[in-house]
Amino acid sequence: MLLNTASKTLSGWGRYHPKDCAVFRPERNSELKSFLEASGDQSFIPRGLGRSYGDTAVNEAGLVLDMCRLNRMRHFDETTGILDCEGGVSLAEILETFVPRGWFLPVTPGTKFVTVAGAIANDVHGKNHHGDGTFARFVHSLELWTPALGVVTCSPSENSEIFWATVGGIGLTGVILSAKIQLRAVESAYVKVDYQRCPHLDAVLEEMESRDRDYLYSVAWIDCLAKRAHLGRSILMRGAHARVRDLPRRHEEKPYKFSRRPPLAVPIDFPGFVLNNLSIKTFNTLFYRINRNRQEVITNYESYFYPLDGIHDWNRMYGRRGFIQYQAAFPFEGRMGLVSMLEMLSEQKRASFLAVLKCFGPSNPGLLSYPMPGYTLALDIPCKPGIEEFTRELDRILLDHGGRLYLAKDSLTDSATFAAMYPGVEAFREQCALLDPQGLLSSAQARRLHLIK
Amino acid sequence: MLISRKTVVIAGALSSVGRAIADQFARRGFSILLAGRDVDELKCLADDIKVRHEVSCSVRFFDALDFASHGGFLDQCVESFGNTPGGVVYCAGYMADQELAQMDFATAKRTLDTNLSGAVSLLEKFAALFEECGSGFIAALSSVAGDRGRKSNYIYGAAKAGLTAYLSGLRNRLYSANVQVITIKPGFMDTAMTWGMPLPAPLTASPEAAAKAMVKAILRGANVIYVPFFWRWIMMIIRYIPEWQFKKMNI
Repeated sequence: MLLNTASKTLSGWGRYHPKDCAVFRPERNSELKSFLEASGDQSFIPRGLGRSYGDTAVNEAGLVLDMCRLNRMRHFDETTGILDCEGGVSLAEILETFVPRGWFLPVTPGTKFVTVAGAIANDVHGKNHHGDGTFARFVHSLELWTPALGVVTCSPSENSEIFWATVGGIGLTGVILSAKIQLRAVESAYVKVDYQRCPHLDAVLEEMESRDRDYLYSVAWIDCLAKRAHLGRSILMRGAHARVRDLPRRHEEKPYKFSRRPPLAVPIDFPGFVLNNLSIKTFNTLFYRINRNRQEVITNYESYFYPLDGIHDWNRMYGRRGFIQYQAAFPFEGRMGLVSMLEMLSEQKRASFLAVLKCFGPSNPGLLSYPMPGYTLALDIPCKPGIEEFTRELDRILLDHGGRLYLAKDSLTDSATFAAMYPGVEAFREQCALLDPQGLLSSAQARRLHLIK
Repeated sequence: MLISRKTVVIAGALSSVGRAIADQFARRGFSILLAGRDVDELKCLADDIKVRHEVSCSVRFFDALDFASHGGFLDQCVESFGNTPGGVVYCAGYMADQELAQMDFATAKRTLDTNLSGAVSLLEKFAALFEECGSGFIAALSSVAGDRGRKSNYIYGAAKAGLTAYLSGLRNRLYSANVQVITIKPGFMDTAMTWGMPLPAPLTASPEAAAKAMVKAILRGANVIYVPFFWRWIMMIIRYIPEWQFKKMNI
């Protein structure tokens, strides 16, 4: 079959080590079908909007299957709130369509520019993980194309072993064609937020453990450059969807409307010196000072959930060399690991602004699902010489305290470290071997971490 | 004869631009009829439009190259809406590799037929209907490639130049009948047609952004629009290059 592929230089959102890939982008089901039926022996990996930070959806050894144009919604049940849509539908499209009708995403990551299939394949979590779990919990069922079995419908009750391998399985079990997801009923497009300053890590962790359960959403912005007495100082931002009675009178009439600011854009790659330690430190200190304790602030969902989506291509701020994201989860008993990681970050001055701390609730049976009960810390690290050694140090701290890192953010770890963090990887490899005996599905990350046999 | 204002026929709705145009009309509350050769795929698009915009959307088989069927297709459109459609957008298009079109006349003919003859055949039927009832709009996707023939795709360019001239004449004819004719000239768009071509990213529009500009222009009653707008200036420069110079150039 003659495939119309485009050659593109692809990387993750961190723009770390881009690679030349041949990309096929079907626009019709028939095109996808003939590709899948006649893909031959070339390996491929499905790709959505490319918001994974590392090489999750990069495959320089074969093809990349861009699924963004297969983004048709199929059906919506107004009474139950269940949406049936193709995997390429983005969370932004769901919000645009359904917020005005009173429905919100059940779980959302920090960007709305991800596809439904990508959200499932990375088993994304949101600010409500402590109470609601991950995106997968709201997936009633999904249709997966696998090389061995063709199209399989799976859910927690039907073909559950395939379902739990696919959830967090970063596209290696097959191509997620469609999913039925449960949306959340809301009364408005606004969120009611309590802001709270916590001067030290202990204060924020204690506050999270004792009172997170009172809030649907909870997240803390943490200053990774603050040291000693200020170590881990944070702004805790917790809230829930605002009800109509919470809204100021001017919004009461049209609770689902708010004025959007036109998105800004970063038109060029910033030179590397723009984000330096001084500018980041100034930003962090200002951010901490500006945010005072405030109760019941009404803000629209865009600014609460997606502050960075308002700046298109914000990843260019890190310049041509790009950056990596590092997201670590520690179990509750590994709290000291979190402390030593923060100490190391503030000593070495490598962390940047917008580090995020959150308390996770229970994990799910997903073989490679990331969240575990405990704490999670996410940060950007600009690419500078020595970054590999630095992240190896971070990995070591994580391993020593029983933690793990997040595949959607990973660019640099190695297979032994990964296997030590995820005991489910062996079962995952076996499931992949059953679904894909020829090893058609493969990515740069899968090869680096030996996620497949 | 009754005219339903907020109904539109999208001929060639399977292309990403056709789909995006339908979506823009649906956003504004139009009832849509999607027409193309792959009815199963059209049904997926129709479901999508119905879920997103809560408007009615139907599908019909339409083949731009089967000229004899176009009269019957028009009847189906009228029957589907229950009266005369408010307008039609011709999005069917075909661009073959230029070298292939040079060597193989069947390919060249298909290019001419899809882009020009099919449009003439179908739009004449709509024109007669709209002229009779004294309202409606006819929009068609021509191309900046029709503004000047270049060696890299002059057969496609010739078809689009023909379409542009056709629409210009049609506009002239239908002016007195109160029928709008809109010539849309897209520049580079990120579609299946251009996938894999080394296009300059800043000059390339997404189908969604392009469709938004197109539908705005249609509803405003524009005559000729370039999408994105700056292509008007690019093409003005290209048209003004003297022929003795142009023939030596590689653009």
